[in-house]
Amino acid sequence: MKSMHTLATAAAATMLVASAAQADEMTIVSWGGAYSASQQKAYHDPYMANNPGVTIVNDESSAEAVAKLRAMDEAGNVTWDVVDVVASDAIRLCDEGLAMEIDPATHLAPAPDGTPAAEDFGDLLVSECFIPQIVYSTTFGYRTDVAEWGGKSPSTVCDVFDTATFPGKRSLEKRPINNVEWALLCDGVAPEDVYDVLGTDEGVAQALAKLDTIRDDIIWWSAGAETPQRLADGEAVIGSTYNGRLFSVIEEQKQPVAMLWDWQVFDLDGWIIPAGLSDERKARALDYIYFATDTQRLADQAKYISYGPARKSSAPLVGKHADLGIEMAPHMPTDPNNAKTTLLYNYEFWADNRDDIDAKFQAWLVQ
Amino acid sequence: MSTMTDNQSGPMLAADGTPLKVSLARALRRQKIRAFLLIVPLLAFILISFIAPIGDMLFRSVENGIVPETMPRTVVALEDWDETSGEAPSEAVFAAFYEDMKVAMEEKTHTKLGSRLNYDTAGIASLFRKLRKPMGNIDETQPIKPQFIDAEEDWGDPEVWQTIKRLSGYYTSSYFLSAVDMESTHDGIQMKDDFERIYLTLLWRTMVLSVAITVSCILLGYPIAFLLANLPLRTSNILMILVLLPFWTSLLVRTSSWIVLLQQEGVINDTLVSLGILDDQGRLELMYNQVGTIVAMTHILLPFMILPLYSVMKTISPSYVRAAKSLGANDWTAFWKVYFPNSVPGIGAGAVLVFILAIGYYITPELVGGTSGIFISNRIAYHISSSLNWGLAAALGVMLLALILVFYWLYDRIVGIDNVKLG
Repeated sequence: MKSMHTLATAAAATMLVASAAQADEMTIVSWGGAYSASQQKAYHDPYMANNPGVTIVNDESSAEAVAKLRAMDEAGNVTWDVVDVVASDAIRLCDEGLAMEIDPATHLAPAPDGTPAAEDFGDLLVSECFIPQIVYSTTFGYRTDVAEWGGKSPSTVCDVFDTATFPGKRSLEKRPINNVEWALLCDGVAPEDVYDVLGTDEGVAQALAKLDTIRDDIIWWSAGAETPQRLADGEAVIGSTYNGRLFSVIEEQKQPVAMLWDWQVFDLDGWIIPAGLSDERKARALDYIYFATDTQRLADQAKYISYGPARKSSAPLVGKHADLGIEMAPHMPTDPNNAKTTLLYNYEFWADNRDDIDAKFQAWLVQ
Repeated sequence: MSTMTDNQSGPMLAADGTPLKVSLARALRRQKIRAFLLIVPLLAFILISFIAPIGDMLFRSVENGIVPETMPRTVVALEDWDETSGEAPSEAVFAAFYEDMKVAMEEKTHTKLGSRLNYDTAGIASLFRKLRKPMGNIDETQPIKPQFIDAEEDWGDPEVWQTIKRLSGYYTSSYFLSAVDMESTHDGIQMKDDFERIYLTLLWRTMVLSVAITVSCILLGYPIAFLLANLPLRTSNILMILVLLPFWTSLLVRTSSWIVLLQQEGVINDTLVSLGILDDQGRLELMYNQVGTIVAMTHILLPFMILPLYSVMKTISPSYVRAAKSLGANDWTAFWKVYFPNSVPGIGAGAVLVFILAIGYYITPELVGGTSGIFISNRIAYHISSSLNWGLAAALGVMLLALILVFYWLYDRIVGIDNVKLG
């Protein structure tokens, strides 16, 4: 009987400790790998140093964040406090009522010179629920040592479609987004007309027909790590992926790979706060966001990974890579030398047409 | 003699004087209740954590409450609108819609409704997302319809209203129609255009590849299980560890090692090239196609075939084969006529396990299947995690479940489910 009593006391004590720990624990969801590491160093560590009571727990679920948040919401138990998602997912979450709306004037820090956050982020505030963090781009990398190319190297995105001059396997993402835009650009469609053309059945068919010309040379990817791996193995000679992944293949692993920035597609990644948090958790999440998205913090992240900060005021503060000691500015997708020809991910178009075009794209794939 | 006549004249009594029949029944009932109480926790657990969620998920394939609940007035007003007229509905519908959306925007449910309608007609999501613009400037004393169309001309597009009217019920067949590559238009139900058909192809391919995987598992697993069952215990235990070791290794690790082996610059191709069997230009395409899926999944599912086969073979007494041989059968006849029929229940159990597991796989096909080796589960995963079209995912899931039940029924008719043994 006595032992039972001790047991019960112990259990009660453990629960108390657990709930106390929970009160100071904040679960931040992100992508894992080098990206989470850069956030840990630039945001989490300084935040925890300023707020000694708070422990940040990392959860690497961003790839499934939309589905998981919806499931948590339906179960009535949202366990995440801050979630890192790409902008298109943020728009979907906002539409579904799963993310809370953010007011830039009160929830986000102004720039050091007093410019309001709304102006500092500018057009990048693409959804009412979304706080942009970085600008990344999906672009091509190619091997520099392909013997069959006879010393030539690709200079435009259309060289991806030129299998006569540049034979070899291409690694492309297994989804229509970006691929159909590049296909149309290389099929003679003017950049400003791309989305008008894609809005029609004939336009989608035209893009797929262009992709069909290199169909047998494409290996499809679904995870960002696949293209760098294939380029390093020589399994593919040219392939699209996120620019930060290519940076690490080229500068950190010193592989014979080079960047092809032509018609890179800019996209945004950032934070959302799930809807329906308790007041206490919401206040803490907002406090974290206010800190982690200020001008200096966004510039700090670029020390660890080659993605451009989303605030205009952060750009001049970008310095050298923390370990490699090289200047990061020339590796940013937003650097003027890299950004001569660019597309910006068309959020509105894809939010409306993604399911529709994806169905056609997948039907084309399985033919 | 006299006691017997007593018993025959009245009911048999138990020690406490109640009729024996009643007493027995009571004892039996008590036993049954006790037995039932023992399984209650498990039953409750299965009901709450398994049957109910699956039922709830499957129900989503027909559920459509969001449209009538978010726009009750509009749904009623639309009943009088002739959707074949080719014109936008009347002022009354727009007035009802305006009232509905005032409430919906207050509750922030309008964008959710837009996403739902967008699954059927692309473009509607942004109409609802941008509702604030037309809604904000409405002068309620004036007719609503022209103000809406002035602010955003797409509200005058009859297709938008046709979609709303088509989906205005609490239940819908639209997910199931999509799942079989059909669509409902105002001309009736018809097949989708050729370039949009995908699910029936994928379903058929899933079946064919799963059968191929099951057959290769039988072919590869049978000799191994036979060897394991007939070797001395010490040797067979070591071999058994070799079977189980990959079973305990993470699925992703095993799939990735197949990528290393099978890719064009991979181990197999490199070996063949260095041996001079292939020249460097003629490297084999062993993955990103159906070959890759079949090879990797056969390896991953092989233990599920070997283990039931092994446990059934263990129970086949060696004296049967010896008896056959002593009666004049040669090795082959003894195996084929005596041993093999005894091992069929193991093949049955293994085949059912492997087939059902194969049908639901998606990670391995996604990584090694390229475009020709992907399964319908890959599309289900896409609709669960990316497009959030859970209704369509549920409809595809129902189809898959129904197909498995059909296969199970066929199996029962042809082989007999009593013939399945796990040991």
